[in-house]
Amino acid sequence: MLSRTADNLFWLARYIERSENVARLLDVGLRMASLSQEAGGDAMEWRSTILAAGCEQSFAATGREPTAQAVIDHLTRDPANPSSILACLEMARRNARADRTGITTDMWEAVNSAWLEARQLRDEDFAVGNVRRLLEWVKERSLRFGGAAMGTMLRNDAYWFTRLGMAIERADSTARILDVKYHVLLPRESGVGGTRYYYQWTSILRSVSAQRAYHWVYRDRLKPWLVADLLILRPEMPRSLVACYDDLARYLEALAGAYGTRGECHRLIGQMHARLRYGRIEDVFRQGLHEYLTEFIEQNSVLGSEISRHYLS
Amino acid sequence: MPPVAFDEMGPMESCRPPYARVRDWLAATSPEAMETRRREAEFIFRRTGITFAVYTEGGDPERLIPFDVIPRVIDGAEWDALSRGLAQRVKALNAFIADMYGAQEFLRAGRIPAELVLRNPGFLAQMQGLSVAQDVYTHVAGIDVVRVSPDEFYVLEDNCRTPSGVSYMLENREVMTRLFPDLLTRCRVRPVSHYPDLLLDTLRSVAPRNCKGDPVVALLTPGHFNSAYYEHSFLADEMGIELVEGVDLVVQDLVAYMRTTRGLKRVDVVYRRIDDAFLDPSCFRADSVLGVPGIMDAYRAGNVTIANAPGAGVSDDKAVYTFVPDMVRFYLGEEPLLRNVPTWRCSEKEGLAYALDHLHELVVKDVAGSGGYGMLVGPHATVAERAEFAARLRARPDGYIAQPTLALSTCPTFVASGVAPRHVDLRPYVLVGREIRLVPGGLTRVALREGSLVVNSSQGGGTKDTWVLEG
Repeated sequence: MLSRTADNLFWLARYIERSENVARLLDVGLRMASLSQEAGGDAMEWRSTILAAGCEQSFAATGREPTAQAVIDHLTRDPANPSSILACLEMARRNARADRTGITTDMWEAVNSAWLEARQLRDEDFAVGNVRRLLEWVKERSLRFGGAAMGTMLRNDAYWFTRLGMAIERADSTARILDVKYHVLLPRESGVGGTRYYYQWTSILRSVSAQRAYHWVYRDRLKPWLVADLLILRPEMPRSLVACYDDLARYLEALAGAYGTRGECHRLIGQMHARLRYGRIEDVFRQGLHEYLTEFIEQNSVLGSEISRHYLS
Repeated sequence: MPPVAFDEMGPMESCRPPYARVRDWLAATSPEAMETRRREAEFIFRRTGITFAVYTEGGDPERLIPFDVIPRVIDGAEWDALSRGLAQRVKALNAFIADMYGAQEFLRAGRIPAELVLRNPGFLAQMQGLSVAQDVYTHVAGIDVVRVSPDEFYVLEDNCRTPSGVSYMLENREVMTRLFPDLLTRCRVRPVSHYPDLLLDTLRSVAPRNCKGDPVVALLTPGHFNSAYYEHSFLADEMGIELVEGVDLVVQDLVAYMRTTRGLKRVDVVYRRIDDAFLDPSCFRADSVLGVPGIMDAYRAGNVTIANAPGAGVSDDKAVYTFVPDMVRFYLGEEPLLRNVPTWRCSEKEGLAYALDHLHELVVKDVAGSGGYGMLVGPHATVAERAEFAARLRARPDGYIAQPTLALSTCPTFVASGVAPRHVDLRPYVLVGREIRLVPGGLTRVALREGSLVVNSSQGGGTKDTWVLEG
């Protein structure tokens, strides 16, 4: 397979995944903003949404205050933000179109129809009061794309590169969501921190569609360290770091097997995967949750570059 | 106005024999039913994404070429005669191009003015003395043919550079197969869908001299912004070869490689769909980002074949066209089976004088033009347009040729007012490798406006499926 083709698939999947993650973050932001101050809603909330999306620099350049509308505009449609939802859909479609024959018709139609529909959006669709519908639509499109990929692609290298892109983007997003809220997750003497914290934890779970999953896995009331445990170390949680790394390890191994070569990306995935797989949440907290996550985000990005270096260029 | 055109079907009550079954079908089909089918066809085209771009217009950048559901029928014997003429012509064209980059015997024998070749923008000095596999320069030639009577075909122009449109020939048949399977079966139509197989076979047969083992073929496209990108991806897909862009290829030690996820992979034959000028920035246009630096060196070293060969466009010039019948005699020692349209070269004094005097009845074309741009159809032009064109002719006479306005044949076509005759042409595709091969038929283009003779898709033309009958 051409390196460029693999690169197109990898980034196609990343951009679609990113659009969905941004939509989830905004959804949580809206939810938190609708809560009373006492329950945790405050102006800082929108700032953390920007941080979690990794867009602090581009947002600062807009010179706007982090109000609901300013953050929504920046993360959904600001042309100056390469990670805005519209920019992601545009880039996804560009990658899909450049590799029209490498993807299945169903994948193409998922991407192309999302792009066509995005062109029909009007200003009022981005207003605070209406934007929820738009976010739902983004999630739906992303899920349709994922479904098309899972349901229609041959299980060969093309599929593996697509899954690698999805997994690396998702791991980055989950780690950022956790890092922005790390301070409310630190274990405390009391074990619970009142209503305010309860909603903060719920918001984290919601942003990765895990509030039900939490209860199924732990059969317990909300405890902050368990929220961290769920999103970092539980393999059954599909957006946890370890689940993403299970995927990355599996598909990098498949590529190594098929092509008969290994590189730095294979060493790195082995090391990082083992650390997640055999890690304990106590140790994560002992190192410091923030330090742990910062290091992870950094290494995850190195892994992405190493995959590019080995296969995509 | 030109004389009354020959209609390939003829009147409903006494149609020509090859059209009998299509006539019966037309008689039994209501305009409403036809309209439903037309919509279905359009839906299929849009869904598959068969679009093309029109550069000079605003509006939808991904537009559909209108498709007419009424097939154009060609009798088997008519086709066989035509295809013999096409094979002969393309053989002579290849010999001419090879000669122009070799000994230039045609020039030295005084059969063509040297400046017509040497100052022709399609002529590439870099190709001189370079030996190419099997001496083939144009591997895929699109020869535009028009018909004026039951047994008279004329060649309108030769496209030896990088002719496009073959995907429409294939997709048109695919759509017709889905919409009218019964009619197709009843008519016993010769198939065309093996074209990609023949093309791949042709490309593999011209592997470079240093190729060992199974030749690896790739299709080089300028990328998805190109108007024919759909065709490029379609053909690559059908042939099962990689669709590459310039950045995917790299030349090391005079060998061309593709960058793949397994590392570099050697490429033997590049079927390129980018223009000569963009092929190799180290040899032609230095600012090209579409091409592959060094590929001309690899080509010269016999490590890769470029198809069609750079410089093959030297014979596409409309002034050079006038010499093709003579090329057939000169290189093959045969009488040409296909005729040229009588042509006046405005570069010559008498030619220019004649053209200026008869502008109202002539078609005047830019020698380097294509796509229906830069031409004047005298009988359809206004007085002002003719005056403006006459000025252009006087200013640059060697840039133009003039031809009589031919009464292009018509075929029944479904238009807003119902079924009506419209003018058509035909572009068959001739494949040249170790042997010369054609699939029966080609791309029929139809001028959808009443009376119009311009069939180009960029000028409001559409397409039809072309049915060559068995027997």
